[in-house]
Amino acid sequence: MSRRPTEETFYQDAQDGDFEDAEEGVSGVGEGDEVMQEAQGEDEYSSSTPTSTLTWISWFCSLPGHEYFCEVTEDFIEDDFNLTGLNAMVPFWREAMEMVLDVEPDEETSKIPDVSIVEASAELLYGLVHQRFILTRAGLQAMVDKYENGTFGSCPRVFCNGTNVVPCGKSDLPGYDTVKLYCPNCNDIYTPPSSRFQGVDGAFFGTTFPHLFFQSYRELAPAPFYKPTPQASPHSSEEELPESSTFTNPNPHGGQKKPEGKIYYPKIYGFKVSDLAKNGPRMQWMRLRPLAAEELDAVDWRGRFYEDEEPYDDEQHDAPDRPMEDFDPDDHGEGDDDEEEEEEEEEEDGGKRGHAHGRVRGHDVLHQSPTMSPPSSVPPRTPRDALSPVHTSPTAQKLQTNTGSRVKVMRQWVPSRAAAY
Amino acid sequence: MEDISTGSDSDYSNSWISWFLSSKGNEYFCEVEEEYILDRFNLTGLNTEVSNYAQALDLITDNLDDGIQDELRGSLDVQARLLYGLIHARWIVTARGLAKMLEKYKRADFGRCPRVLCSSQPLLPVGLTDVPYEKSVKLYCGRCEDIYSPKSSRHGSIDGAYFGTSFPHLLFLVYPNLIPPKSGPVDVGSRGNGETDGRRRRREEPDVPTEGIGEGTSTAAVALKADRYRPRIFGFQVHEIAKLQRWQEAVRDRQISKLEESYV
Repeated sequence: MSRRPTEETFYQDAQDGDFEDAEEGVSGVGEGDEVMQEAQGEDEYSSSTPTSTLTWISWFCSLPGHEYFCEVTEDFIEDDFNLTGLNAMVPFWREAMEMVLDVEPDEETSKIPDVSIVEASAELLYGLVHQRFILTRAGLQAMVDKYENGTFGSCPRVFCNGTNVVPCGKSDLPGYDTVKLYCPNCNDIYTPPSSRFQGVDGAFFGTTFPHLFFQSYRELAPAPFYKPTPQASPHSSEEELPESSTFTNPNPHGGQKKPEGKIYYPKIYGFKVSDLAKNGPRMQWMRLRPLAAEELDAVDWRGRFYEDEEPYDDEQHDAPDRPMEDFDPDDHGEGDDDEEEEEEEEEEDGGKRGHAHGRVRGHDVLHQSPTMSPPSSVPPRTPRDALSPVHTSPTAQKLQTNTGSRVKVMRQWVPSRAAAY
Repeated sequence: MEDISTGSDSDYSNSWISWFLSSKGNEYFCEVEEEYILDRFNLTGLNTEVSNYAQALDLITDNLDDGIQDELRGSLDVQARLLYGLIHARWIVTARGLAKMLEKYKRADFGRCPRVLCSSQPLLPVGLTDVPYEKSVKLYCGRCEDIYSPKSSRHGSIDGAYFGTSFPHLLFLVYPNLIPPKSGPVDVGSRGNGETDGRRRRREEPDVPTEGIGEGTSTAAVALKADRYRPRIFGFQVHEIAKLQRWQEAVRDRQISKLEESYV
């Protein structure tokens, strides 16, 4: 019992605690059993605790509707560092801590009128600690076990073909929204199918968890491109495709799982509904994946194909543009490499190139470029810094401001549109 | 007449159809008018799909002779369900059938979209094939234009062929004013008649000057309004997903400019 901190020694114990404790795995259960037997007095405020052999944490996680929670190790909760800032968010902090850790209550707890208040605080405390715990290595490990057992359920979307989902929140602050489920295949969030999860706060899982989870377990994350296996026709939404065993993502840091890439094509009497019809499909883009990873590079940082830059924008700037291209060809050579973080000058460049080449040739240029890096391993910032001294010539600067101001307008408009929708 | 499909009226409790409609798990079906079933033209070809076709048809129209009812009851019931389902698939794409299903849609009898950003948009049943015994029924969301599996397993086992592949799309073709907006609250119930809705749409349009569509009811650029979820780690977008989403938005913008050009 020496492990068990009393009220006085609690924080000291926490300070002595090793931060690595969190990585020991879910080991607090056995230890807690012992504790509970001593702490029989607990029953007076956690009245619904069924048996004394359960820790509060195990009991909490076994409640109906709490299936998504994993058991946070007591070591993690006892480490004061892990609780930074939480005491401001949880009322009856000390009592809630005692309840969660099954510590013998102090005499003064009796002055709290209703144990249900403490229970609510304990739940909030546990939930917020849980949000932090599942981002640690031990927490991710505990959650991947549940994921692989299918505890969180699967995506309701038909063409995700039962991809397992993970719980997530829409906010990191409690009290905003209930828990949602994130599907890594369609990158969307869904309401849990059962209403018993409607009492679970999304903040107890947080906004970061699902994505850190799939960053940590890349073999579970579907890749962002999809090529239907040849024997099935690519436009048919009906046939089952056999699983390809040899799937690799050229980006070693990207998702390594073969995605479920089929999308739904609405049909009337067997004929696809044309998108020229008023009720035609408008949302297929949201589920579409390119055939190959390289196609993703054909889009600039604003979410536009390099080859279809705004036509009116280009026409208006034909005159100032042309001398610029002649003036500083090196600039554009380098600009091609910078796929993610285009500066104003590169936007112009993209537009030019789009007009010069057809769609396919545009791609070729991108693919053949020897300095082209694989999608996500590019450190995106360097080319821009390299570019800046080039424009020291007064003429260039003049041209730059000339076109730059125009492009700036575009720049403000486009992201705001993207952000709004 | 509209309330018949609820099956609660005691006058109908002894008809096979009302019994079928009121039994648990059959909430997605609407009532096929007897007149439609009795017109043999509407049943063309179904006799090859259903064994014991004649008795099954008699059963669902309550004309079955009591004498044989007991012996065949078990197997005949299965055949009657199949026949009713296949007639139902044909019925719901008629003008009157569409109107009946529309009532159910407005009551959200088919459930609501599980996608969080669809704001509980009511769903419509759809099949993935028109051939029976192949795929179970799915639910189509008019907002995200995707299909989902029913939450409950008793709906998950209904044959998709009883609704057909065309139904939801034909519904929105016939009632274009009911095409749900891509964002904002769901108001399917209040969108009763086309007049009011057309006016509302025209009023809404100028709120979005970036789309620049003068024609009141154009849907070319509606996708721009769609909300989407953006995965973030500690507030930062995830690179590979963000890149895929940019590509998807580029595809979207390309489609929009194509549509805007062809609308002239």
